[in-house]
Amino acid sequence: MFEFLARFFGKPSSSATAKERLRLVLLSDHLSLAPDVVEALKHDLIEVISRYVDVDAANCDVTFEQQEKRVAMLANVPILAMRARPMPRRTTPRKPAGTAPQPAADAPANGVPRAPGRAKRKRRRQADPSAPATAGLSPA
Amino acid sequence: MSARRIVITSGKGGVGKTTTTANLGAVLAKRGHRVILVDADIGLRNLDLVLGVEKRIVFDIVEVVEGRCQLRQALIKDKRIENLSILPAAQTRDKTAIGELQFAQVIEQLGEMCDYVLIDCPAGIEHGFRNAIAGASEAIVVTTPEVSAIRDADRVIGKLHERSLPLRLIINRIRPEMVRSGDMLSVDDVTDILSAELLGIVPDDEEVIDTTNKGEPIGLQVESRLGIIYDKIARRLEGDLVPFTQLSTPGFFGRLFRKAG
Repeated sequence: MFEFLARFFGKPSSSATAKERLRLVLLSDHLSLAPDVVEALKHDLIEVISRYVDVDAANCDVTFEQQEKRVAMLANVPILAMRARPMPRRTTPRKPAGTAPQPAADAPANGVPRAPGRAKRKRRRQADPSAPATAGLSPA
Repeated sequence: MSARRIVITSGKGGVGKTTTTANLGAVLAKRGHRVILVDADIGLRNLDLVLGVEKRIVFDIVEVVEGRCQLRQALIKDKRIENLSILPAAQTRDKTAIGELQFAQVIEQLGEMCDYVLIDCPAGIEHGFRNAIAGASEAIVVTTPEVSAIRDADRVIGKLHERSLPLRLIINRIRPEMVRSGDMLSVDDVTDILSAELLGIVPDDEEVIDTTNKGEPIGLQVESRLGIIYDKIARRLEGDLVPFTQLSTPGFFGRLFRKAG
């Protein structure tokens, strides 16, 4: 009866916990098993960021980390200098704000985290490109 | 070569590969197929023990590969079930004693002698695993509803996909009452996570301990609970559409109720 009440009041069953844990760990297993996909993603990320800032491409690092309820992408992109004026996008016209770059769009669906924006986190050293004053201080 | 060459694998040890191989082989043989079971677990052989033929081993697979005996000499015919034979592994050698190509050649030769070759794969994904899948044309992945077994099964499924081996899943040791109370992953949960086709569901049953103690495959008792379940699995392997029967009736947590067969 206690168990019944516990479940009734929303205590998750251990099988639900197991399923959620497995979902996460398999996602991260699959990512770490697809180095070519991660490499392609890193390449595309650097390309996009390089339009705005001068980055140290050789020392960029993209990893996936399992957090409490999601898998997060961590991109460590050392910035060498700000570009005086952002380079224009290659072909596509500039879209309204909120259109995030799509990294590695041609990669297989099971390899790339089709995570919603909230699950993705970009961490840059001296992060904010709108604060060029800090950019010069940040070689890796 | 007409035989189906099926490797029974799991990644994790102790989930029931060997008992599955023995029981499924026995049931297939009772259904009239010529079956040869191959123990690919060189150094840790156990299939002979589960089948109760451990005292009759003269030669093993390594001796066959090394040319010390003919393949037929190493095969042990089961005295209780017609059409069932086993090729034992070596116990005093290690897995590197045979290479993939040699293993595949042995399986190919066996395939000319029977209808089904069932290969009992060792745990792990290293040399022994690569040997065991080398000669196979399809795979059965055995797992239990536990996180570690499922994760390992997922890894093995990835490896089998790399080889383009078709595979189906047997979920072993399901405990319906625990599934119903939400304390065990259900069959649907497992097939969901692994996105693999289901071949069979085997409930956790003390009968297995009893039969392996005695060295008797399940198929010997026609009316046994597990005998019926393995018979259904054998029929699905033959291509029949056998529905998965219900293990239990739905309770209050009806969505957790699952099927078996």
